[in-house]
Order: sequence, then C-alpha cells, then structure tokens
Amino acid sequence: MKLNLRAPISSSIAIAVGFLVLLGYFFDFGLLTALRRVFLQWAVILAAIAMMVGVANLFAVHWTKIKTWQAGSGYSLILLLSLLITLMVVGFFGPTGSWTLWLFNYIEVPIESSLMAILAIALAYASARLLRRRMNPFSAIFLFTALIVLLATVPILGIELPGLHGPDGIRSLITGIFTVAGARGILLGIVLGTVATALRIIMGIDRPYSE
Amino acid sequence: MNLSSITGFGFVLIFFILMLVFFVLSRKDGGGTLRDIGAFSRISRAIGMAVEAGKRLHISLGRGSIIGVQAAPALVGLSVLERIARTASMSDRPMISTSGEGTLAILSQGAMKSAYRNLNILSQYDPNYGRLSGLTPFAYACGTIPVIYDEESSLNILLGHFGSEIALIADASERSGGMTLAGSDSLPAQAILYAAAHEPLIGEEVYAASAYVQAGLMHTASLRAQDALRWLFVAVLFLGALLKLAGIV
Repeated sequence: MKLNLRAPISSSIAIAVGFLVLLGYFFDFGLLTALRRVFLQWAVILAAIAMMVGVANLFAVHWTKIKTWQAGSGYSLILLLSLLITLMVVGFFGPTGSWTLWLFNYIEVPIESSLMAILAIALAYASARLLRRRMNPFSAIFLFTALIVLLATVPILGIELPGLHGPDGIRSLITGIFTVAGARGILLGIVLGTVATALRIIMGIDRPYSE
Repeated sequence: MNLSSITGFGFVLIFFILMLVFFVLSRKDGGGTLRDIGAFSRISRAIGMAVEAGKRLHISLGRGSIIGVQAAPALVGLSVLERIARTASMSDRPMISTSGEGTLAILSQGAMKSAYRNLNILSQYDPNYGRLSGLTPFAYACGTIPVIYDEESSLNILLGHFGSEIALIADASERSGGMTLAGSDSLPAQAILYAAAHEPLIGEEVYAASAYVQAGLMHTASLRAQDALRWLFVAVLFLGALLKLAGIV
C-alpha cells in the first residue's frame, strides 16, 4: 500500500506558518516578529515567481489557441507578439528606458483610457438594464440616488441649484452620511468574512495548496 | 503588547471558539438549514442545467494579491471552484477558471486538479483549464472576455477582488446570453455588480458561498459564527449610539 504523505506534510507546514504569522501580528516578541517578517518576505518572493509562472501559462494558453486555429487565434497572435516585443524592449532598455516609456505612454495608456470610456457606456447600459431585469424598490432607490449624485456632481449648465449642489446640498447628505453609514456596515460584514476565511485556512479546513 | 493587540487577539479567539461550538452543534443537527439566499438556489439550478446541456462553466477569481486581505474572497472562490469542478467535470465542455494574479492561477489549477483526482479522472485534466488572463485590471478584463464569448460559457461565476473593470466582464456575460453570479470585497465593484450582474452578492454574502455549495460543516459553522458576531456588532453599535445620544460618552 502506497502512503501519500505529501498532503499531510504540506498542510502541517501551512498551518504552522499561518499560526506563527498570526501570532506575530498580535504579540511583539523578538523571535515571533522576526519569523513573521521572514515568512512574509518569502511570500512576496514566491508571489513574484508565481507571476512568472502565470505569464508562462498565459503564453501556453494562447500558443495552443494559435496552433489549433481556435476562435480568436488572431488576437492570441497579437498578444504573444506584443508580449515578446515588450519583454525585449524592457529587457534591453530597462524599465525606465525611453522606448519602454514610449510603449507605456503611446500604447498602454491610450488603450486603457479607451477601455475606461467603454466602461462608462457599459455602466450606463447596465443601469438601464437593471430597470428591466430587477425592478424592485431597492433598484429604484439605487438608480434614483445614482442619478441625483450624478446631477449634483457638477453645476447644470453652469448653474448651481440650491439644495442640490454645494456643501449643504443633497449630494453632500447622500455621500457624507448615508453612503458612509452603509459602507461601514458592509465593511464590517467583509471583515467578519475575511476572518472566517483566514481561520478556515489556518485550521486546515480549506487547503488550496493541497495539490 | 498594547490594548488594540489584545482586543484583536481576543476577537480572533472568540471567533475561533464560536466556529468550534457551531461545528459541534452542526454535527449534531447535520448542518441545519441556512437562510435562503436566492442567488445560490438559482445558481445551483443553473449549474445542473449547464452540465446537462453540455455547456461550459466559467469561474473568475479576480486579481487580489494572495498576500493581502484582498485574497479572502478569492480563497472562497477557490473552495467554490473545487466543489463545482466536481459537478462540471461530467459536462462535455470542461470548466475554465480565470484570474488576474499568478498565485491565484496556480491555486486554481491545483483546485481543479484536486477535483479531477477525487473523481479518478485525472487523465482528463489539462493545466490550461486554470488560466492567468492578465496582470493589470483592464488586461485581466480583456483576457477574461474572450473566455466568455469564444468558449461559450453559459454560467459565469465571479468571486474575488475586482475593481470597476468587472462591469466589462459582466456586460460580456450578459451579451453572450450567459448567467452571472458575482461577489467582491470591493465596495465600488459591489455597486457595479448590483446593476450589472444577474445575481449580485452584496456585503458578506460572498463569504457565504462555500457554505451554500456544501463545501463542509466547518463552512456552515463559520457562517453561523459570522452571523452571531454580526449581531454582537449591531448591539455594540446601538449601545454606543444610545450612550452618545445620552451624552455619556
């Protein structure tokens, strides 16, 4: 019978390291704090290596798409060429070299700005769709509030309306009181969820590292 | 050691004890029943229908760094991924996972491999089922959208840390006729998802996902501990407000 000891060993190491890092946050003892710092530095290095593995995975996925003539393989070819050219330019001229900055300023920034503009349209369209898909009192409040805040953000044709614009306007009331109160409530829930998830990982209930 | 450290440690300890208590209670009553969240019951049906129809499922884990607090919703997403991958492995089209961070891409491959191994169909597993789709917010969105369009995903589950780029992904899902279940820890993303997703998860609902896909009794126990502590928070906030109103604090 073959015993697979890999999973218990990796789980034990992960649980022990997780527990030490957690204790290191609360108790400022010399060895514990030093261990926490070392483990976090290792985590940062491993995350950087994982990023390189991820880029290799990205390359492999798109290479497979090109080889097998899948839908959108033309875009995959453009992506791989762009990746290789960027790697060569940054590798040769350095991250702050003139050609590297040219690539950033004249290719990446305009593309991302265009996507930001598309995003604005997508959001407006999504709001309109919400009326059709899920029309209930909450959706009505959501859309009405969004409209009021949008209208009150800038003067309408250069005119500031009393009660709408300015520090005493309805926008300030919405963003300063209702939004902050609601956001804090949601954030408290998120904190509880984050602690629950972290504890499950430290207890070894969730083991995303098991393979 | 200062007061905030002791308070923080005490809070984590209470949470831990509550999880254990609810776990013991869950074992007695078999997990009990959870509060109905419409999104999860509709998604369960959608998963079954997609598998029966031989359509593809797609899960996206966001782009939160694994070494920060943004990792928590993605870790929930990984639990959901592993659970759903077991069901989806029966489909004609294998499930695909996308992410915007290297570590998450590797972990998603691990979760899917684990699901295939548990079902004794490891030979059918392909590492390309777990993909890195881009490293910047918009690159991630642009890398994820073709998976929705070209690979004909009928159900898109978005669980993780996202920014406003989530609107583009949700829009692609809507246009391709697919269904979207989405949740995030980010407040702007939640606001966008409320308008753009079929089934948005608001607040801590995203952290309940693993309990609702029956990932285990400890997931249910941790959800109950969250609920108990939330009521405690509500009571403390009310008390604080009353004391403030009375001019005592």
